[in-house]
Amino acid sequence: MGEANRFSRYAYTVIVLFLIWVLLTASLDRQELIFGFLLSLFVASFTYPMFTSRGLGNLHPRRVAYAMAYVPYFLWAMIMANLDVAYRVLHPKRPIRPGIVHCKTVLKSNTGKLSLANSITLTPGTITLDVDGEDYFIHWIWVPDEVLGAKTEGEHVENASRNITRPFEKFLKVIFG
Amino acid sequence: MIGINVYLALIAIATLLAMYRFLVGPTTPDRLVAVDIMTTITTGLMVLFALYYGRMIYISVALVYAVLAFGGVIAFARYLEGGL
Amino acid sequence: MNVLSATGEALVLIGTFFYFLSALGLIRMPDVYNRMQTSTKSATLGSLGVIIGTGLWAVGMGHSVAWIVQTVVVATFILLTNPISAHALIRGAYRSGIPLWNGSVVDKYGEHLEAKAEAAENEKDEGDGE
Repeated sequence: MGEANRFSRYAYTVIVLFLIWVLLTASLDRQELIFGFLLSLFVASFTYPMFTSRGLGNLHPRRVAYAMAYVPYFLWAMIMANLDVAYRVLHPKRPIRPGIVHCKTVLKSNTGKLSLANSITLTPGTITLDVDGEDYFIHWIWVPDEVLGAKTEGEHVENASRNITRPFEKFLKVIFG
Repeated sequence: MIGINVYLALIAIATLLAMYRFLVGPTTPDRLVAVDIMTTITTGLMVLFALYYGRMIYISVALVYAVLAFGGVIAFARYLEGGL
Repeated sequence: MNVLSATGEALVLIGTFFYFLSALGLIRMPDVYNRMQTSTKSATLGSLGVIIGTGLWAVGMGHSVAWIVQTVVVATFILLTNPISAHALIRGAYRSGIPLWNGSVVDKYGEHLEAKAEAAENEKDEGDGE
């Protein structure tokens, strides 16, 4: 993941800031737009070094398409998660078998890891406890048999990762790298 | 607009249940989770009130409240870890 | 009563129901980790439903389109920050020494921390971390 040149990073920051301005003011008045644009130019001039390292590369069509596809997939997973929660909360016997499991990820960038941790927290029965490098520690409300009965550490990680991180990684790998 | 009373009642019940967990405890993280849930519920309540009074500016109030509540919960979490 | 406000009202009803469910999870679950599991997810989806539903409802009632933009901004903010505060809280709870519930079956994080502490001790004394 190399650093993009300076102009591309600056332009990307301006675009994002201006988009946020438009959404926050929620008006298409000409004065608002001009002032917001000038303000984004000004603010971006001294925030771009820490805001992005890939610049306009973030707006690659493939990335944008995957991000668009990720939203409905994620919302669906979230609704499923909540039906699961509803079942566990309303069931009179309270069917839970919690534990903390260990997963590994293939994502490299920090933004990607953050998105993965957030996605895991909002999907069925799992919540991220800590991230240490590429190791994820995840509190799982119902640890399945294949993970519980794993003989070795490697098998445990493999089974847990297949269940928790893999489905999101195929999207996030393209979006964030 | 009559239905809004039903929603407000459901929100009130949810807040009362969270309040029970806040008062009973038993540990500090339990109380903090209750506070986190209550702030989330309050944000939704503020947006509902914006509609109830028909004023869009109240949504911005809800946004600022969400930002401040997020900061507060993060600060409490740092305190739990012993990093504050 | 047009389609838009009916949809919005239904979303608000579903959202408040999930609020109720999250508070119920807070009462019923046995330890702080499981409480967080059930309550965070439901509260987030509940907020999404209530806030976006309110936006649709307002537009259906004849307010300006800016309502839906603003409500989507608030909903997105909640969607992005709620998992982070849950994550910070659960890590704080673990670090402050709250034990897992008796019925818990596996704790890899404790093993990991122990292994790390041993490795650090073998190398040298690194007292104050973050």
